[in-house]
Order: sequence, then C-alpha cells, then structure tokens
Amino acid sequence: MNITNSKYEEALERYKQKIADAATEEMVLNMGPQHPSTHGVLRLELITDGEIVKEVIPHIGYLHRCFEKHAESLTYQQTIPFTDRMDYLASMNNSHIWCMGVEKMLGIDQEIPKRIEYIRVLVCELNRIASHLIAIGTYGIDIGAFTPFLWCFRDREHIMGMLEWVSGSRMLYNYIWVGGLFYDLPVGFEERCREFVEYFKPKTAELNQLLTDNSIFIQRTANIGVLPMDVAINYGCSGPMLRGSGLKWDLRRIDGYSVYPELDFEVPIGTGMVGTVGDCWDRYKVRVDEIDQSIRIIEQCLDRLQKELKRTPEFDPRAKMPRKLTPKPQDFYFRGEGAKGELGFYFIHDKKRETDKDGNLRLADTEVPFRVKARGPSFCNLSVLPEISRGVMIADLIAIIGSIDFVLGEVDR
Amino acid sequence: MSFEQIKLLLIAKFGEDVIVGEETGGLQPALLIDPDRIIDVCRELRDNPKTYFDFLSCLTGVDYGVEDGRFGVVYHLASIPYQTQLTLKVSKENDRNEDELPSFPSITSIYGAADWHEREAYEMIGMFFEGHPDLRKLLLPDDWEGYPLRKDYTTVDKYYKGIKID
Repeated sequence: MNITNSKYEEALERYKQKIADAATEEMVLNMGPQHPSTHGVLRLELITDGEIVKEVIPHIGYLHRCFEKHAESLTYQQTIPFTDRMDYLASMNNSHIWCMGVEKMLGIDQEIPKRIEYIRVLVCELNRIASHLIAIGTYGIDIGAFTPFLWCFRDREHIMGMLEWVSGSRMLYNYIWVGGLFYDLPVGFEERCREFVEYFKPKTAELNQLLTDNSIFIQRTANIGVLPMDVAINYGCSGPMLRGSGLKWDLRRIDGYSVYPELDFEVPIGTGMVGTVGDCWDRYKVRVDEIDQSIRIIEQCLDRLQKELKRTPEFDPRAKMPRKLTPKPQDFYFRGEGAKGELGFYFIHDKKRETDKDGNLRLADTEVPFRVKARGPSFCNLSVLPEISRGVMIADLIAIIGSIDFVLGEVDR
Repeated sequence: MSFEQIKLLLIAKFGEDVIVGEETGGLQPALLIDPDRIIDVCRELRDNPKTYFDFLSCLTGVDYGVEDGRFGVVYHLASIPYQTQLTLKVSKENDRNEDELPSFPSITSIYGAADWHEREAYEMIGMFFEGHPDLRKLLLPDDWEGYPLRKDYTTVDKYYKGIKID
C-alpha cells in the first residue's frame, strides 16, 4: 500500500526542508511534549532567533484516542464515557451537550423534566468552576506564582468531592444520560452545595487580591499575545478566548438551550483594563468573572431545586429514557458552551445495511451513528497560536499558551 | 436571512448551477454546492452584509460508504452578527484508489479555522484540499498508512514498527 502520488507528500517535504534550512541561520527548539507548561502532551517546534520566536509549529496527536472511530462503532449511550474523556476537566459539560444533541435528534428534548435539566445545569456549572480554577491556578504556575495554584486546587477539591458524591467518580462522571440522569442527587446535596457556595463566594475576591491585581502578574500578561477580534472570529476561537477579545458571544445566551433562558447571568468580556483588549490578562480575567457568574447560576438552580422542583419519592430520573436510541436518518450539528468554548457534535445517522438469512439486502434501524465529528473548542483555540505568537519572546510564549487554556484530551480526541 | 433567501441570493449571484440540490427534511436544512465553486460561495456568504457568515463552526470530511462511492465535506457556518447557522455540503464520487484521492478546494483563504480541520479530514478520510498551505498529517504520525475513518479501513498489518497489534 505505497502511495506513489507525490502531490500528497509535498507539504511534508516542504516542512522538512524548512526545518533543515532553519538549522543554519536560526535555532530550532523543541518545546514539549514533556514540558510542564505545555499543559499536557503538546509539542511546539519553535524556530527562534535568540530569544525571539520567529515561527511556532504545533505538533499534536500524542493523546489521540480515536474518539470518532469509537463513536462509529458504539451506540449513543455507550459513547457518553468517551465524551467525558475529551475535555476531562469539564466532563459534565461534554456529556450534557452530547446528550442534548441526541435528544434533539430523537425529538424528546421537550419532554425532559425540569428537575433533570436543573440538576444538569447545576453540575455543569460546578464543573465549569472547577475547570476555570485549574486554568487560573496553572496559569499562575506557568508564570511563576505558586500560591494561587494551591488555593485554586483547595477549592476545586470541594467540587470534586461533591461531584464524586453525585456520580461515584472524581473526574469522569458518566452522570448525564440521554433522556435522564444516572441517579437523582443524593439526599442532602443541595444543602452541602449551599454551604460550598457560601464558603466559595469570598474566594474570588481573595484570588483577585493575590493574582489579578498583582503587578508582576500584570507585567507578564498585559499587552502580551493580543488576539484581535477579527482574527479570533476567523480562526474559530470561542469561549473565554473570544470573549477576552471583547465580543459578547456565549452560546448559553445565543442559542438559549436547556434552562439557561430562565436563569439570570451576565456574559463577562475583556475590556483591556490594564492593557489592550484581547491580551492574556483579559482572557484570564474573563475566566475569573465567569466563576462569579457560575456561582450565580448555581444559586438560582439551588433555589428552584429546593422549592418548586423539590425531590419527591416517586421522582425517577430514568423515567423518560428511551429504551432504544434510534433516531430517524438525518444529520444534525449541535453546539453548546463548554468550559473552553463552543463544543459541537455533528451526527450523521443512517440506517444500517444488512443481509438477512435469505441473502436479501435490507435497511435496519440502528443505535450506532454513521459518522460523528467532534468540534472541540480547544482544537480551534489552539490553532490560532502560530498566528498570535509570531515574533514574541520565548517567555511570553508560555504566557500565551497558558492563557489559551486548552486541554489536550480535547485537542487530540 | 432565511434559508430560502440565502438560496436565492446565491442563485442571483452565481447562477442556477452553483446549487446542485438541497436537503430540507431534517432539523437543519443544508445546501448542496458545486464543489468547484465552494470558495466563491463561502467568500460571498462571509462578506455579504446581508449574511455575514463569518464563523466556521465545524468542517467535517465524510466517507458515505463503499456502496455509495461518494466523499463529501460538510461546512457548518455561523453568523455572529445575525446569530444564524447554515450548513453547506459538497461531494464527489471517487473509486477509492489511494493514488487519486477525492479533491476539494481548500477554504483556508476564507476561514483560518479550516486549516486544521482540513488537515484532519485529509489524514482521516483521505481527501485532498487544493490550495491548502500546509497539508500535512495532523493527529497521526507522518508515516501512517491508510485513512482510518474510511468505511473500508482495516488494519492489515499485524505489526506497526515491530509492535504487535492485537
């Protein structure tokens, strides 16, 4: 199986030639895949001239686990644990969006009980806070501030504990199912969650004192890695990355899926308070502000869950779960706001061709999708990196990478 | 702009034959575009003040199966000013000869986001994008043989670089 058409190898040859040429004048520097500040197994090939980065060539795929191939051979329900492993810092968001997409295809999205949707949003927002805490904490470490990391992880541990209580697992939950939930919330969860909210509310103010307004931190991040809004849109950046560039674009508001239209929250954007709009500091600040907004959403969810949507003994979170997940043949793209940005799933569902015992070809219903494409927000956010890091210092590149806040599990899938 | 209006706009600009069909049965209607005109169509949809589809949400390469013998690309566009979405599809027949991959024009000149998505479609489905600036493999190793997301893909070799595949 040797490919003889040289057209398909041309780009590879050109790349090899570029690296070979660079070795004479400039220096080629490999950063990663084991470098701690590349947040996982990202490898960046830097063509440098002294301290100046002339070009960044990202190499990804070290964590590729064939999500799309798996999804083509497993049923919709069986794929949910795989979606958890994409953005493993915000697993609830991934499975929520996957399940909503499948429910839309089945046409049962209006039948989901309100209590289930509120529980879903509650756990998703808790998970979003956990994800942002990691982003903020590790960003501090990247540029030399160790204390915020410990503070963030201390608070994140509360969330991990609560979600473990809910689902039985610390990070990869498999809690949200198509048409329902794995279980109802455990008894006493709402009260525990309120305790956490009261404990956590003053913490962002502390974090702001410690890191956000820290002058060393501002010097390292303000006016660095400026991402103009038009470039951000052109490269498909979304989430805090796009909002950091000053655009109010949050799919929870725009598409208004699930119960988000009933909830009251703001969409924070970057304003260029200490530098230029769209710099690293703005992206960082958007995440800090989003934590406050998520806390607001959680409080509203708890209000509803403790009052009009109270738990009843006969409430069964699996009551609406279809026994067979067989949508009509169609294709459907569903997008939602994950912790890192627009997470989309594109499903193509078709009937399965099979031959019966007489040898006749027939079309049968199937629970397995024909093709699934996952559009990870980190994937697109990372693809803008070569564009915004041309001509920066190597130390600033670390600040830019950290501010993108990607998860390699989602980049590589 | 509604789906019908977008269709009329494209026909008025490029003529009848630019749209080779449409799919309106499902939840999201899709326009089937002539593969050779996709760059013009995307540029018009992005720059026209009535549509402003400035955001490429997703680009998917699809192998429609051995029986069907077609390969396609699906574009999901979104308009940030108008908050609308649009699906475009192009497809071509191909006989699965790996020396003659199905070839589509690259839209990296319109949307930067298409860069990595097209590289992924190239390595996974085995489709070539004319005019792509850097069409190397993205997720797979450079020396990977075959196209894993093709429907007829099988791991023929028992060994990959001396490592046994179970």
